[in-house]
Amino acid sequence: MPFIPHTDTEIGEMLAAIGAPSIDALFDEIPAALRIKSLAAIPDALSEMEVGRLMQARANQDGRPLNFLGAGAYEHHIPAAVWAIVTRGEFYSAYTPYQAEASQGTLQLLYEYQTMMSSLTGMEVSNASLYDGASALAEACLMAVRAHRKSKSARIVVPSTLNPTYLSVSRAVVEGQNLSFTVLPYEAGKGTLQFSKLEALKGEDLTAVVIQQPNFFGQMEDVDAITDWAHANNALVIAVVNPLSLALFKPPGEWGAKGVDIVVGDGQPFGVPLSSGGPYFGFMTTRMEHVRQMPGRIIGRTVDLDGKQGFTLTLQAREQHIRRSKATSNICTNQGLLVTAATIHMSLLGAAGLESVAATSQRQTTKLVEKLTRIPGVKVVFDGYRFHEAVLQLPTKVSDVLDALAKRNIVGGLDLSKLYPELGNALLVCATEMRTDADLDAYASALAAVLERKP
Amino acid sequence: MSITEPLIFKHSRSGRSAVGQYPQGATAEVPEKFRRRKRAALPEVSELQAVRHFTRLSQLNFSIDTHFYPLGSCTMKYNPRACNAFAMLPEFLGRHPLAPSSLSQGFLACMYELQEMLKEVTGMKGVSLTPMAGAQGEFAGVAMIRAYHRARNDLERTEIIVPDAAHGTNPATATMCGCTVVEIPSLANGDIDIEALKAALGPKTAGIMLTNPSTLGVFERRIQEVAKLVHDAGGLLYYDGANLNAILGKVRPGDMGFDVIHMNLHKTFSTPHGGGGPGSGAVGVGQRLLPFLPIPTVGKEGDNYRWLDEKDVPQTIGRLSAFMGNAGVLLRAYVYMRMLGREGMHRVAEFSALNANYLLARLKKAGFDAAYPERRASHEFIITMKRQAKELGVNAMDFAKRLLDYGFHAPTTYFPLLVPECLLIEPTETEAKEELDAFVDALIAIQAEAEQDAAKVKGAPYTLPVRRLDDVRAAKQLDLTYGMRSTE
Repeated sequence: MPFIPHTDTEIGEMLAAIGAPSIDALFDEIPAALRIKSLAAIPDALSEMEVGRLMQARANQDGRPLNFLGAGAYEHHIPAAVWAIVTRGEFYSAYTPYQAEASQGTLQLLYEYQTMMSSLTGMEVSNASLYDGASALAEACLMAVRAHRKSKSARIVVPSTLNPTYLSVSRAVVEGQNLSFTVLPYEAGKGTLQFSKLEALKGEDLTAVVIQQPNFFGQMEDVDAITDWAHANNALVIAVVNPLSLALFKPPGEWGAKGVDIVVGDGQPFGVPLSSGGPYFGFMTTRMEHVRQMPGRIIGRTVDLDGKQGFTLTLQAREQHIRRSKATSNICTNQGLLVTAATIHMSLLGAAGLESVAATSQRQTTKLVEKLTRIPGVKVVFDGYRFHEAVLQLPTKVSDVLDALAKRNIVGGLDLSKLYPELGNALLVCATEMRTDADLDAYASALAAVLERKP
Repeated sequence: MSITEPLIFKHSRSGRSAVGQYPQGATAEVPEKFRRRKRAALPEVSELQAVRHFTRLSQLNFSIDTHFYPLGSCTMKYNPRACNAFAMLPEFLGRHPLAPSSLSQGFLACMYELQEMLKEVTGMKGVSLTPMAGAQGEFAGVAMIRAYHRARNDLERTEIIVPDAAHGTNPATATMCGCTVVEIPSLANGDIDIEALKAALGPKTAGIMLTNPSTLGVFERRIQEVAKLVHDAGGLLYYDGANLNAILGKVRPGDMGFDVIHMNLHKTFSTPHGGGGPGSGAVGVGQRLLPFLPIPTVGKEGDNYRWLDEKDVPQTIGRLSAFMGNAGVLLRAYVYMRMLGREGMHRVAEFSALNANYLLARLKKAGFDAAYPERRASHEFIITMKRQAKELGVNAMDFAKRLLDYGFHAPTTYFPLLVPECLLIEPTETEAKEELDAFVDALIAIQAEAEQDAAKVKGAPYTLPVRRLDDVRAAKQLDLTYGMRSTE
């Protein structure tokens, strides 16, 4: 019996100790009419060898295509040491550190993580993670409503250059709580927020303004001006950032004159593989003045009975297991194991390493754009400074092109024509440090062939 | 044993780094207005220093792989290594979440079959795998109940009934969904107070959230009556799957009358808890809630699998994650279910019940007080240390902390809230009899210590990396990042 250690003798001894005639008798409080006889649709058990064969066959079906897709999930080098340590049983098979004395490893690691994320984002405090970047934004919107007591509107302003699924998830998560979202358009040709539309909201009661940097198109927003405008108009600012980009770019804590109020994003670029979209982790950092409104677990350093340094869950009075219906959020588990990966990853790369990864990714994307736009009919859609993604216009329908590229084992990017129909045949591409120059050439020649044009 | 590992920042020296881990040569031309002026204060360490530091940290933890971990309501069973190994095949790790479905048929087949298997074991009609944790599954469940009433234009139904024994997430979720919480008491025998339920039901009832077996470690025997009362009043029934391990393959929430369920795949289906996540809170629904399932789900047309989205499920409560949830966790659960197979499902409930009832019988015989001595244990049970607290001044937390010295993770303490001085104990099916016996022996030894030298137990633990921590100081003198307080 897989994973069950009992011998027949032991089963007999245990039933005798219980005073039950059979294992079945242990279920005698369940009404007989409800008891089921079999689970017909569940297949027979497979041995580890057999299930391994099945999984490898399934994996082979999907193969390992050359990837030029980002859009919120990015392929980066992960040092071998990261997952070798993450999958140690002491991290992998431990639970939430309720018994602090028996969980100092996880707790100290989380404290180190909080320190790193606070510094990276330029904020004072960090929680121990949320589910993913999208749900972290939803939690940030709810937090802004709690933190900004003077604003009565619960109205959140978001640019249309925010990752569209982040907005969908935020709408779904806050649905029961009377928040509203005002979506502002981007400037054609630039792909950044149309500032005049923001200015048109002057004098209205806004709870928070969301800014994504770099935005969904990979373009850089004028974050200083937006942050200052929001603060001048008594709104909080929520920044959504790719944490890797912060190795190069000004941290949200320094945007504008005062810095933003809440920072969220997806930590996936730090040591977490693409793995079909999860598990990733969401991060959240903020100012000290808002710490009690922050959702999720927070670790604090303290001392034990002997005065020795130790780490523990703190500010638990915000949480569901204490506050129940009055909690700041229903969040219970977070994404501890992925934070473990990210903390090891950040430690191995350091600020210099992350800077180099970010710069190389940006350089490879620039080269990719150059190579692809040499193909007649392929154009860059937006001017201005970019990080490691770009929007291209194709001469034909994007979905057909992506299908044809997939047949050549290339994942060519994201079709934007459904999300942003006004952009026509628009494609979002990404190259990280993982893409060699030869990879870029392979993409360019495949695209040229698909479009039946010479580069 | 007094192990200390300094903070990683203490190992840091300016200019040191693991240079082999990143490309050399690229520099970015960043315009002044966007440029970072000062590097983030990340550690500067060698690869060996990082590996040694985090390996040492790992050794400060208790875990299933190293210790018996009878944490009630958390189902800390063995996490088979095969589940991890096969979920981490390079093709699965490298698959981009938005890759075209023509390059995703292997992954999608696993997800589709997982949905089908979860439908079968829960007796539900549809499953969505997207919720990323139990609490998000709860959210999805209550949001669907709300959407159902709204779609019928039954707008007054905003009350969610929750028993006093419920997990804290239940009332927190109800609030998050814009509902008000109506709490009802449990009877002395652990069952729901049916009269209180009847009094709570009415035209405002949106639904009831139940865990069955409950967090009191007993099966709700009148569940069919409860279901009928709630349905007759126009409400729906939500099943909190925290304790699904107790009944897997024995009885199904769908057959009990539940309309929606969340499952904790990190409990029942043995995906790792990871020091507090990732979880996975897949939801299952009956016929009435099918139109509202969160997206995306996986559909099958002929031999072809594809994502189902807004176009296929127009009344969906929407998306709960940027992509499709914790895919890697779902792959692990899939591998686990395939390895257990049909017969293995039944054995989960059978042997978790055998272990729990055996442990309960032995502890009762040793003189400990069961909270519900007349009842069968489900996969977990409660003992109360009320007597020890009163007579010896040694409470449940003292016993829990002293257990750590004996090499056992503590059971869940002080939950559920309505049993004083409680220890909620869940051994799971993967523990061997000798481990359970050793645990009983430890509790007997601690009882003897408490009778002879209460202070010794109250001062525990002694052999862990730290002794009891000053939680009040942690909350009052907040020290949440290195450098926040100039104490060094």
